[in-house]
Amino acid sequence: MTDVVAPQFHVGDRVTVRAAYPIGHVRTPYYVRGKHGIIERLCGAYPNPEELAYARPGLPKQPLYRVRFLQRELWANYAGQPADVVEVEIYQHWLEAQEQA
Amino acid sequence: MSHEHEQATEHLHVHRYPPRPDQDDTLTYYRAMEVAVRELLIEKGVFTAVDVRRQVEDMDGRNSGRGAQMVARAWLDPAYKQRMLADGSKAAEEIGLEVGPLKLVVVENTPSVHNVIVCTLCSCYPRMLLGLPPDWYKSRNYRSRVVREPRAVLAEFGTVIPDETQIRVHDSTADMRYLVTPMRPEGTENWSEAELARLITRDTMIGVALADRA
Repeated sequence: MTDVVAPQFHVGDRVTVRAAYPIGHVRTPYYVRGKHGIIERLCGAYPNPEELAYARPGLPKQPLYRVRFLQRELWANYAGQPADVVEVEIYQHWLEAQEQA
Repeated sequence: MSHEHEQATEHLHVHRYPPRPDQDDTLTYYRAMEVAVRELLIEKGVFTAVDVRRQVEDMDGRNSGRGAQMVARAWLDPAYKQRMLADGSKAAEEIGLEVGPLKLVVVENTPSVHNVIVCTLCSCYPRMLLGLPPDWYKSRNYRSRVVREPRAVLAEFGTVIPDETQIRVHDSTADMRYLVTPMRPEGTENWSEAELARLITRDTMIGVALADRA
């Protein structure tokens, strides 16, 4: 058994952040949960902070991605420009492949 | 109110400011825990009080000059810039900047993209390259607003980004730390690396300001 989960997404893939609300030390901000974005890059694999916070080893390591979200997707009344984006680091276990429309 | 008390109050008014309380800090739960853990580790010989003091001194001594050195090099050396954008940590080490376990992502401002950094969850910041974060970076005001109205927040810093420039906000939520490479101002063509580095301030590398010759 390996201690790293294999990366499941590639640059450019459309993903949806899980709309889950577990208690504990979670590093997925509320404002992106349930939102659609695009994989910007794979950052490597790191121990799961939700486990590390409770002094557990956090293994297997989770692939970590930078996901790009359009501001318009995140905020209903975004006042800036349509092309503006936010990029957020999200662990793979928070991401799902986006259903094709 | 007793006469005595009135006198005491009047005496205080003679001084323009109230005296500072003797204990300027409150021993909260987490502060007590920090003291307890630190004392135990020193007792067990894991490190000494001098080690702790030295670390604090080193941390306080770091400043944005380290980041500026990197950006100035990138302005002068396009090949270095490409390596820096591909792997920030490796590029820092290449010019002798020790960054420890820091995973650095460097993002580049161009006429079509402006980058700005925040940590909405806490106060993640590239301390190894910029020193300690400014108080406003840790404030709820900045952290909550720059992700949802970046143009308004930047304008409050005096930084007005043209409509046709895309704004990219980078939220350091996990293991990466970010550094912005500001655009090199016009009219600095023959400047040395040290001269250029002076234009590259802390705020330009967070992305709330533009590098400026003034």
